Amino acid sequence: MKLILPVLALALLAAAPFALSDYGLGLLIGAVTYTTLASSWALFSGHTGYISLATVAFYGTGAYTVAVLNEALPYPLVLLAAALVGATMALVVGLSTLRLAGVYFVIFTFGLAELVRQLITWYEVNVTGTLGRYIFLDVTARGIYWQMLALGAVTIGLTALIHRSRLGLALRVIGDDEVVAAHSGIPLARTKLVAFVLSATILTLAGAIASPRWVYVEPAIVFNPTVSFLTVIMALLGGANRLWGPALGAVPLFLAFEWLSVKLPDTYPIFLGFLFIGVVFALPDGVLAGIERLRQRREGAG
Amino acid sequence: MTLLSIDNVTKRFGGLTAVDAVSFDIAEGEIMGLLGPNGSGKTTLVNLVSGDLSADGGRITLAGTTLTGRRPDQIARVGVARTFQLVRILPSLTLTENVMVPAVFGAKSHWGAAAHEVAQAALEQVGLARRASSNAGELTYIDQKRLELARALAAEPKLLLLDEWLAGLNPTELGEGVALIRSLADSGITILMVEHIMEAVRALCPRVAVMNSGRLIADEATEVALTDPHVIAAYLGEGEDA
Repeated sequence: MKLILPVLALALLAAAPFALSDYGLGLLIGAVTYTTLASSWALFSGHTGYISLATVAFYGTGAYTVAVLNEALPYPLVLLAAALVGATMALVVGLSTLRLAGVYFVIFTFGLAELVRQLITWYEVNVTGTLGRYIFLDVTARGIYWQMLALGAVTIGLTALIHRSRLGLALRVIGDDEVVAAHSGIPLARTKLVAFVLSATILTLAGAIASPRWVYVEPAIVFNPTVSFLTVIMALLGGANRLWGPALGAVPLFLAFEWLSVKLPDTYPIFLGFLFIGVVFALPDGVLAGIERLRQRREGAG
Repeated sequence: MTLLSIDNVTKRFGGLTAVDAVSFDIAEGEIMGLLGPNGSGKTTLVNLVSGDLSADGGRITLAGTTLTGRRPDQIARVGVARTFQLVRILPSLTLTENVMVPAVFGAKSHWGAAAHEVAQAALEQVGLARRASSNAGELTYIDQKRLELARALAAEPKLLLLDEWLAGLNPTELGEGVALIRSLADSGITILMVEHIMEAVRALCPRVAVMNSGRLIADEATEVALTDPHVIAAYLGEGEDA
């Protein structure tokens, strides 16, 4: 019964391109992309409380993998390669950093995105002798949309499964108290690594799927740190530890930013800043938790 | 039969030797007190057994399995459960979920209905069953302590480590706490308890180990230890200097 509504919504969303203009489809692609990013970010960070700013490191790596391989391999293999690159990178990064806690982890992940960007820039300039690359793929906007929609649906489905599994419980315990987690028999490193790699693989795939939209790709474009910040704030706004929280934050925020960037192209980053502060102050646990609290208060009063 | 064997265990923090070549055994089903003034190394020793700290020397075994050199999660799955000196609960989880955790991830790896059953039984044992679905963050101090004990019990451990579990309770609660530990001991579980409250130690532990400045200064029957001049000197200072 609980599946009917999501499946219906998914069918409706899948049919949407037939009724939309190109501009409308562009908006929808953006909204679905950010829903996927925020949901897969929350897959690891939502329960553990490890705030990662490395989203764009994986997202950009996905796009870059496509830029490098798009003429050498058939498209499905390019996607597979992107997923493998993302998973390997997450494994290496995770093994070396998941011991870090709190603010140290945040800073490291932010540094990681910069590091990847600089490494690729250095490589392109010094080894291949070119900075930009072109992506010539015969993928239509609709094709991108359907792929991203499928990835988003898989992400939310996977999150639902994890919530009900041992892994989900382990992640919640880790988020509350790692010492108790370890003394209860939870292998900390392995648990965090599994979730981190899953999350990063989806982030990388999202970058790979979205990349043909750019046509021209260079490190400064695909490794834009705003993507990482937006992902965090969207997930937090909706409620990072809820199944539908990230989607609930991503869709309205993405649409609001699109609208603002059209209306106020120069001052729009200021609103972005205000929004960041507002979300952290007013709704630290997200909109869904806020609504629940309000409802409880009303029941308590009535 | 020996359950826990601590053999020549040492732990240093920089220049300070917090635990200095300590050795003693605990038999299966025994309930043993670990005494000593503040800073004598009791909690450090408990942390060495549970894997929270790693020893610099010596060997700890549980029923023949070596614990030294293992991670806390591995030691937990071998059958060691503990409570913490400063109570540690999982505030965003319900009571049932709190208690389920070691049942799910411990030696028995229960899941679903079986895990709920173990959790429910443990909550009943400490008298919290009625509040099973409330959030752990809302509990009073004594109930948090009860919850922590229930969590340790749900691990169905061979060895239970209690680090000043009775500290901070009022006289009525203390009476209940002592009765609770007694009922655990009667159920056959082996307990090592760090405790400052002598009344409770006398009531519960036939035998105690006493530490001072990292060294074991006594390991004997409780009545003997509490009149032992070395032990009294450790707690009150040397008679000659006074």
